[in-house]
Amino acid sequence: MTAPLSLPSSRAHRFATWLHRRPRVQLGLLLSGPVGWMLLAYFGSLSILLLNAFWATDSFSGQVQPFRWSLDAFGQILTNDVYRTIAVRTVAVAALVTLTDLLLAFPIAYYMARVAGPRVRRFMVIAVVMPLWAAYLVKVYAWRTILQENGFFEWILTPFGIQAPGLGEIANSWIVLSYLWLPYMILPIYAGFERIPPSLLEASADLGGRAGITFRRVVLPLMVPAAVAGSIFTFSLTLGDYITPDLVSDAKFIGNVIYDNSSLGNVPLAAAYSLLPILIMIGYLLVARRLGAFESL
Amino acid sequence: MTESRWVRIGLRAVSFGVLAFLYLPLLIVTIYAFNPSRIQTWPPAGFTLHWFGEAAANPAIRGALLNSLLAGAGATAIALVLGTLAALAVHRFAFFGRDTVSFLFVLPIALPGVVTGIALRTTFQTVGVDLGLMTIIIGHATFCVVIAYNNVVARLRRLPRSPEEASADLGADTWTTFRRVTLPGMGTALLSGGLLAFALSFDEIIVTNFTAGPGTRTIPIWIFTAIQRPSELPVVNVVAFVLILFSAIPVYLAQRIGGDAGR
Repeated sequence: MTAPLSLPSSRAHRFATWLHRRPRVQLGLLLSGPVGWMLLAYFGSLSILLLNAFWATDSFSGQVQPFRWSLDAFGQILTNDVYRTIAVRTVAVAALVTLTDLLLAFPIAYYMARVAGPRVRRFMVIAVVMPLWAAYLVKVYAWRTILQENGFFEWILTPFGIQAPGLGEIANSWIVLSYLWLPYMILPIYAGFERIPPSLLEASADLGGRAGITFRRVVLPLMVPAAVAGSIFTFSLTLGDYITPDLVSDAKFIGNVIYDNSSLGNVPLAAAYSLLPILIMIGYLLVARRLGAFESL
Repeated sequence: MTESRWVRIGLRAVSFGVLAFLYLPLLIVTIYAFNPSRIQTWPPAGFTLHWFGEAAANPAIRGALLNSLLAGAGATAIALVLGTLAALAVHRFAFFGRDTVSFLFVLPIALPGVVTGIALRTTFQTVGVDLGLMTIIIGHATFCVVIAYNNVVARLRRLPRSPEEASADLGADTWTTFRRVTLPGMGTALLSGGLLAFALSFDEIIVTNFTAGPGTRTIPIWIFTAIQRPSELPVVNVVAFVLILFSAIPVYLAQRIGGDAGR
């Protein structure tokens, strides 16, 4: 701080003095920008999306008819089996991806937090974080090259007499999405393991708990919030993805129905269908909050 | 609780297996970037640097890169300003609905991306806004605010209030104190928040695909379309390889800053 302070006579200074005595105005000025943006850009958009779900489409031109109310879009979704199949498939894959990532994340996170020495730990944290910064599409594309005909999978599986699945299979979406979101699961679980006080484990051992019992009865219950926190990412990100299913398999997800219908101009159907992931995630978040996951984020 | 020797060995094997799983795809794309053949088969046929030249001369890539940089810069700037304002409000004032504010900001990343995408596109179309760079920036800024907000609020909690009080006692007004005391204190938090927001924007496709419109391409959108044309794949490999290299930069910077950007 070398330069002298500005002379206390400028208009800005007088305004500052005036403002200083009015904390409510200060608060209003600070909040109006960010809250206004979110209300306008995000909640405004969600409201208009909701309106569109109840608007009719002209049966000849397919044009959306604003403010002509109709439940046609919901009728189509409820009567057509395809929409139910796709919804069930998406939720099932999201659950499967979450489970897979949990199973993969637990051992590596445990190793990082409680077995590895400080140098190995630092190396592994960086090694887990780095793929998060690698571009999403690069990773999906990499999996496309691995899974495609004459790709890496075929090359490595054929000598064992196993037929490589090739592009198109729904299992591909499961593999690739589990891969993509794995670091989002490892990091909160690692942090969760780090938070468990060693004294608790010693107490369990002193009371005669063997390693297996201590893990089941002491460690696992303490890890629930961290695991649920990680599962919010894996579940929500899978639920909202339509690029990966499009690129590595033929099986459509909820997002594909939304994107395709929005692009084809059937906005009411896309809007009505998008209420499904919103409701699912709101339910998921409410349960997650009860399980204490928000403190582990 | 001490793990037996075999448990440790098992854990180590699984852990490094998971790491190998995380890096295998990145490694394979890297190798393909030097593949002389136009057709992607494993193993690659040889070694060439030919496609690097083609990628550098490709006007579509340059255009997409420019758009991505502009979108990232615009979204980051908006997110930093809005996130800082909100963080100051939440940190300094107790008011009704304070807990709701952070919930408000986190919702765009907690809800599935496709929802944000369809909501924004439907709104732009209903209101009559042409899709383009502007609408991309609005979409990105909306989900980047939370990152700036989180970083700044975490920093403000750790900063002592006494320097600001001292500054006020010495006669500095609100602006001067903010410019000379508070802002420098938040410096690295803004840097790491901005870095993270920019990276998120640079990488985004789920929302961008909805808000970009047919004429505007970012790097992810260019990759998305080029992937589906076999003749472009050799150039895609090069772009993918370069992006993998770039991903080390933020990790390195995050280590240097020591902020929360690594998360």
